[in-house]
Amino acid sequence: MKKVVLSVIAITIGILILLHIAYKPPLPNLGELKLKQEFAIKPEPDVDHSLFPELQKTFKTPQEVTEACIECHNQRHKEVIASSHWNWERISYVEGRGIASMGKSNVLNNYCIGASSNEQACAKCHIGFGMSDDHFDFENARNVDCMVCHDNSEEYIKGASMAGYPDRSVNLTKVAQSVGRPQSINCGACHFYSGGGNNVKHGDLEEALLATTREVDVHMAANGINMTCVDCHSAEDHNIKGKLYSVSSSDQNRLTCDHCHTSTPHMDRNLDLHTSKVACQTCHIPTYAKVNPTKMEWRWSEAGKLKEGKPYHETDTVTGAETYMSIKGSFVWETNVEPEYYWFNGHATHYILGDQVNSIPIQINSLLGSATDRNAKIYPVKVHRGDQIYDIDNNMLVQPKLWAAEKGDSAYWKDFNWDLAAEAGMKRVGLPYSGNYKFVNTEMYWPVNHMVAPKEEALSCEECHRREDSRLAGLDNFYMPGRDSNAGLDLIGKLLLIAALAGVVLHGLGRIVASIKNKEVETREINTEL
Amino acid sequence: MQKVYIYKGFERFWHWSQAALIFFLALTGFEVHGSFSLFGYEQAVESHRFAAWMLLTLIAFSIFWHFTTGEWKQYIPTFSKLQAQIRYYTLGIFKGEPHPTRKSVRNKLNPLQALTYLGFKLVMAPLLVITGLVYMYYRSIDANDMVIVSDIPLNVIAFLHTLGAYLILMFAIIHIYMTTTGETPTSNIKAMLTGYENLEEDEPEENLYESEFSDIPKK
Repeated sequence: MKKVVLSVIAITIGILILLHIAYKPPLPNLGELKLKQEFAIKPEPDVDHSLFPELQKTFKTPQEVTEACIECHNQRHKEVIASSHWNWERISYVEGRGIASMGKSNVLNNYCIGASSNEQACAKCHIGFGMSDDHFDFENARNVDCMVCHDNSEEYIKGASMAGYPDRSVNLTKVAQSVGRPQSINCGACHFYSGGGNNVKHGDLEEALLATTREVDVHMAANGINMTCVDCHSAEDHNIKGKLYSVSSSDQNRLTCDHCHTSTPHMDRNLDLHTSKVACQTCHIPTYAKVNPTKMEWRWSEAGKLKEGKPYHETDTVTGAETYMSIKGSFVWETNVEPEYYWFNGHATHYILGDQVNSIPIQINSLLGSATDRNAKIYPVKVHRGDQIYDIDNNMLVQPKLWAAEKGDSAYWKDFNWDLAAEAGMKRVGLPYSGNYKFVNTEMYWPVNHMVAPKEEALSCEECHRREDSRLAGLDNFYMPGRDSNAGLDLIGKLLLIAALAGVVLHGLGRIVASIKNKEVETREINTEL
Repeated sequence: MQKVYIYKGFERFWHWSQAALIFFLALTGFEVHGSFSLFGYEQAVESHRFAAWMLLTLIAFSIFWHFTTGEWKQYIPTFSKLQAQIRYYTLGIFKGEPHPTRKSVRNKLNPLQALTYLGFKLVMAPLLVITGLVYMYYRSIDANDMVIVSDIPLNVIAFLHTLGAYLILMFAIIHIYMTTTGETPTSNIKAMLTGYENLEEDEPEENLYESEFSDIPKK
């Protein structure tokens, strides 16, 4: 009895010790608390521009506003003139290509294809005035548009197809007196609406972020830390942190989550170890385009259908998104999209105008990296698929002229003639056009970085670590527990277990049968003795 | 026949806690392997690691125990009666023949058992422990400069660890069945639970051996 009591006590103590070791109390994440406190205090402007006598006048042209800015900020225009927002190109070393100057003049996209020959319209998103063709003077500081980024009155808006000039309705004096730190709408005016409408291009950058909840974006949520774009995308000398891999190619001046959150943010060693191979975005952005749909496909080959000789468009009755436009073709839109996943080391290559096509679908850009690349991590990516016009004889993609003010200027959006549009566009960029065209499939890769979900909604382990339907099913050349296994070993292992079970069952049955028989023999022997 | 104290306290604690840990590790391990879903992947991984550390601690104590008590000698293989033992399990047992070897405090294990357990201790357990530790500390080269074991591909480590798991499960199935081949079907399990088993009288020299442990109680 004493022994039983003692052993019960010993076992109880043992279990209590184990529970004590296994129990992990929830610890406060001090790093995260510090960040929250840091960003809770919003920056206050140092000066009130409405009080400056220099700005107490009626500005007739936007250039007058720029001159007024430069009067005081007399060196800043140089920084702007050195920036890629102004130059629309960047010089970088590209593997396999050498030193390349790449930007909107020579890199295509998978939406409206390219800016060349369409500058009058595309320059709505250029931080300058008067880019109507390829003769824009990139040295003239008077044409720097300070207001588009620094207007804090929400008054400023660029005009449609006005070569980057503000809309005629804008009260320039009001804008000039309200300038300050860029707000989210300043960035969003271009980055939310690029590609011809809200959320068309990125999928994770759209107008819903201006007033949203934590479920959509923990950083920009009005009921959360309520951050603006430039809180993360900070600038030094007007060079803004962050890379858009539709046009960028080198791993420089990138903005990553660990700038604030460090590479070990989890309070859990197993999770922290993932950060060496898995980008934060992969788990923390389970879906994008959470509020409004984004374009996933764009088929230029469908463009040009007319009703009674006139262009038309069709819209989705549920979302209101355009599914067909005579000038652009057909579109597929999606909401709450699960990203595709790719290895990415921060470097990208691009199709540059004039490049020979060597594989179809043509990769408008491709993200470099693989499982064996020590600098690569798994990233969530929006892949935008479509088709574009292609010169069969010259084996290259075509830069078509899309926009013109009037009919008869070869622009596809007015004349609906691909031959004329291709000829005019290619002539402008100095490339040949054979007159023999067709449409080929194209793909473009957009790493997803925004719409970070609350941590409770981050991907669970099983979303990737499972045999069937793993989110990372498409990535190979590495072993992932739960997803991967050696099929031969599993088969042999199961056979071994089945053989062992069958063996012991048969052996046991044999013993039972034998013991019955042996007993019968014994009984018979006893009987004969009697 | 005589009731003999054959399995000491630590031995029984070691045996049963190791058995429980092995089954728990198999359960969580095959979930991590992706064979089924039970606890949830995260819980399975954490439990597997925790149980692994408990098992390692237990193994450390049991090695100490085996060497300080001299019990390790039980596993020295003898081949003289090995064939007779194999013949017994394949034929004799069905004919109701007696065991070819006699169990005693000094010879707890028959020759086949000694050989099997030696294999368990020298092959299966080290295979699982070593591959398990490498798996646990497997890191790849990265910007964070973590410990590197990238020379061995993870799929090789996982293959060996899983192989060990299948072998140990197979061992467990046969081991559990073999406990029923004692004096009565339950006498071996009872002995491992209580420590006492009915054994034939020890020979004098074995009594000498036993007298070295004069503190062992006898019933």
